Amino acid sequence: MTAPMTSEPAIRVQGLEKSYKKLHVLRGVDFDVARGSIFALLGSNGAGKTTAVKILSTLLKADAGTATVDGYDVATQPGDVRESMSLTGQFAAVDEILTGRENLVLVARLRHRKGAGQIADDLLARFQLTDAASRKVSTYSGGMRRRLDIAMSLIGSPPVIFLDEPTAGLDPEGRIEVWRAVRELAGHGTTVLLTTQYLEEAEQLADRIAILHQGRIIANGTLAELKELFPPAHVEYVEKQPTLEEIFLAITGNNGTDSAVSAVGSDS
Amino acid sequence: MTKHFFGDTAVLLGRSLRHITRSPDTIITTAIVPIALMLMFVYVFGNAIKSGPGRYVDYLLPGILLIAIASGISYTAFRLFLDMRDGIFERLQSMPIARSSVLWAHVLTSLVANLISLVVVVLVALLIGFRTGAGVLAWLAVAGILILFTLTLTWIAVIPGLTAKSPDGASGFSYPLIFLPFISSAFVPTRSMPGPVRAFADNQPVTSIVNTVRDLLTKQPVGTDIWIALAWCLGILVVAYAFAMATYHRKIA
Repeated sequence: MTAPMTSEPAIRVQGLEKSYKKLHVLRGVDFDVARGSIFALLGSNGAGKTTAVKILSTLLKADAGTATVDGYDVATQPGDVRESMSLTGQFAAVDEILTGRENLVLVARLRHRKGAGQIADDLLARFQLTDAASRKVSTYSGGMRRRLDIAMSLIGSPPVIFLDEPTAGLDPEGRIEVWRAVRELAGHGTTVLLTTQYLEEAEQLADRIAILHQGRIIANGTLAELKELFPPAHVEYVEKQPTLEEIFLAITGNNGTDSAVSAVGSDS
Repeated sequence: MTKHFFGDTAVLLGRSLRHITRSPDTIITTAIVPIALMLMFVYVFGNAIKSGPGRYVDYLLPGILLIAIASGISYTAFRLFLDMRDGIFERLQSMPIARSSVLWAHVLTSLVANLISLVVVVLVALLIGFRTGAGVLAWLAVAGILILFTLTLTWIAVIPGLTAKSPDGASGFSYPLIFLPFISSAFVPTRSMPGPVRAFADNQPVTSIVNTVRDLLTKQPVGTDIWIALAWCLGILVVAYAFAMATYHRKIA
């Protein structure tokens, strides 16, 4: 109670429960997300990640418990919550028939922003989509779609962004593109809650990680804290082979990892 | 939030209309089945049908227009289904907009798309000899009834659009609606039908609507049919709207 307004968490979830008929998807979920941080909700398929995100983005009503986004209650102040956050759903929710630029202009108009065209052009540049701006989205790659999807979520600069499995179904290059975009977001001070089933993704991006399992949070902490939960690693000498991903990225010449591009196949 | 209703609806209507102008095939396929039926009935069966005095195409056109609307609204359900499936519906519902504008934009798009395909069908009818002496008022009345009929069927189409699990499920519901005019006064006078069929034909909505439109276009007195037609349309519209809204509120929690 002594904390000033600005240090109250961007997202606060307490005792959240949700059932579909007899299936208890959420059985009392609690967590806080600090302002400006990246928080990963980690869990396998069916763990309840999407359900939690849908409740936080006012698409579903909880059966019990409370949740606030940017200080607004999702049940009693849904209008304010919608002003304060953007949802990037599990599948890139972009209009395939419109161009990339038209998608951005559409969202800018619906968020009642002045200068929708300028907002669109700025975001296209920021997400390296300027060249594809006037192409129909149906011609975009998976990574481009996801970038456009995330760019659409940034319009109006909501303080909180939800990313539901942002890299599901993407190839390694697309995944790295999205990771870069997410890091950039947090760099601008936006609070990001992302769900993922990829351990590496949580490890790469998140300041804090919560593990959602069978409708409950069974662990919540920084990567270092979670590592401490386990017995200390014993040292073993193993020859380090490149992973297939490293090989793939090296051959295709994409700048995802530190591995040397020249190491594989010089073409002379 | 409702203060943005008209602005938001206009923005979303602009989006859907852009879909139509970029895939005009939906309008063409909507118009092509009724046009093919019209050509077949006029040139193949027309001379064998005793529809009374006057050209058969004049007799036939009102029913053809209703079939065009019935096939056109399946695209409304289809477009709504795509928005549901692709997550666009959820994205819009999670934004600070007037939530019902998402639905109204689809409904208004349905009206515009169907009016365009109706104009196409009427133009083809004119080419094959349809003539009318109807004045401006009669045409306005015809337009009003067709718009009301389109709205009624559109709100029915919203229900499968919101609930369907597959594209076929979303658009398949319109087949019985397309079939309904065949058991009405649309193609042949109901007096030529056997008893039970005639009883059904005389008392189903399409017959009263077809008769009203036909009387208006052929400058006949419309009689009580217009009131029966309006009662059917408004009655079904209210029920469909209530069911569609209930489905919608269930979907958006």
